[in-house]
Amino acid sequence: MNDIAIEFKGVEKSFVREDGSRQVILDKVNFTIPAGKTTVIAGGSGQGKSVTLKLVLGLMRADRGQIFVAGRESTRIRGRELEELRTRFGVLFQGAALFDSLTVFENVALPLRERTQRTEIEIREQVLSTLEQLELLGHEEKFPAQLSGGMKKRAGLARALQLKPEIMLFDEPTTGLDPVMTQEIYQLFARTQKQMGYTSVIVSHDIPKVFNLADQVIVLNNGEMDVFTSPEAIQWSQKPHIKEFVKTTMGEIYQSHLVEQ
Amino acid sequence: MQQNSIARLGNTGLYVIHDLGRMGLYLLQAMQGCFRRPFRFAEFLRQMHFIGVGSLVVIFFTAASTGMVLGLQGYYTLHKFGAEGMLGSAVSLTLIMELGPVLTALMVAGRAGSAMCAEIGIMRISEQIDALECMAVNPFRYMISPKFLAALVSVPLLTVLFDVIGIAGGYVAGVKLMGVNPGSYFEGMRTSVTNHDIWLGVVKSFVFGLLVVWICTGRGYFVHQIRGAGFGAQSVSRVTTQAVVLSSISVLVFDYLLTAILL
Repeated sequence: MNDIAIEFKGVEKSFVREDGSRQVILDKVNFTIPAGKTTVIAGGSGQGKSVTLKLVLGLMRADRGQIFVAGRESTRIRGRELEELRTRFGVLFQGAALFDSLTVFENVALPLRERTQRTEIEIREQVLSTLEQLELLGHEEKFPAQLSGGMKKRAGLARALQLKPEIMLFDEPTTGLDPVMTQEIYQLFARTQKQMGYTSVIVSHDIPKVFNLADQVIVLNNGEMDVFTSPEAIQWSQKPHIKEFVKTTMGEIYQSHLVEQ
Repeated sequence: MQQNSIARLGNTGLYVIHDLGRMGLYLLQAMQGCFRRPFRFAEFLRQMHFIGVGSLVVIFFTAASTGMVLGLQGYYTLHKFGAEGMLGSAVSLTLIMELGPVLTALMVAGRAGSAMCAEIGIMRISEQIDALECMAVNPFRYMISPKFLAALVSVPLLTVLFDVIGIAGGYVAGVKLMGVNPGSYFEGMRTSVTNHDIWLGVVKSFVFGLLVVWICTGRGYFVHQIRGAGFGAQSVSRVTTQAVVLSSISVLVFDYLLTAILL
């Protein structure tokens, strides 16, 4: 298996505002996401975190540069090939993006019904076992509107896991959850990742909590990216904008005199 | 200042061309989806029920009142020339060639078109369409093409129904209330309505059905990219209004064009 799950090479993306001016979101960005590990993409709002995810998925196209997914250049492919590449991904959207006219069971079963040839009995078995794992059993006939925030996220995760993804993308997975639920969701992520061995990419502003999970942290700022191999490395970074970021998200760093000397 | 306004004009022009382009591609993909397998028969039936059966009541009342007004108005006008016997042909030709297709399309736009636009718009802003794409499920095949097929089948059927109910309404007003001879009402219809007229009505209703479903679902699909629509719930409400207005206007414009070309 390839060691690198996702690679960005000189990727540029900008949007045209309504008045015709350009807003640069990503400016010649380079980074790699190692396979089987957890990478956290952090940064303030409007810094292009969600855009980065959409570029990875091919929901948006980069203006310039190349994006490789599992060794294949995703920026060049279209149609059926793109569909095939997307089956390698599982995505948990910010608002869970459950289909609100379908029940929890139908939501989770949808990828299996649409993308596999399995019988209804096999589908039922797999869906119920995932729901059991994620503690959603007994809620399968409910509609998304009848679920709490945490349950919606778990149902979204259940749906994303059905096709056994190689790469899981999480778009701000704890938005709208209370601190206890946030902690539970992160533990759940760690557990399922251990079971299934997927590469995990978490876009989050939930700092520093999310750092517990991270093997690598990418900080986005004004179109540029800084990659850190450990949460500690960020806190010790001397770059002014990273220092500012650490200060605003985690508060002042308290150093002992020993370290300073 | 002058340069600014020129830039704005060019910018708007580019946007309109871009918008037309993506709507064109959208139509192409939706039509392609109609012919690709797997064919979603259950969803097609559900949409037929929604667009077709769901519109029966509104079509019934619109058709009955339009027919009755035509009967009264026609009688009033024809009576001046002593030509009440022509009432049947006047009512039926007006309904079959003009009012049937146009009013049916307008009613479907208002009732089903707005609902389809809002549904797809909400699916777009709550990332449900992105989620479909991420699961490698083609959103056109999954939810848009069945709507197209259902509209293309049910709008012509509703139009035919509109014609029949309208003609019956004309009969009630003209014959039962105003005392026109029933034989001349139907004989006038039989001699003046040709197959070509009926065919013209059906072609119109087919085109109008396509326009309504295309514009209404398309606006909802691109709700996040429409300039000036705003964000969130507000964007859906604005775009839904825009979709109904746009589809109604294009039905009326195409009505003139088709009449001019096909008559």
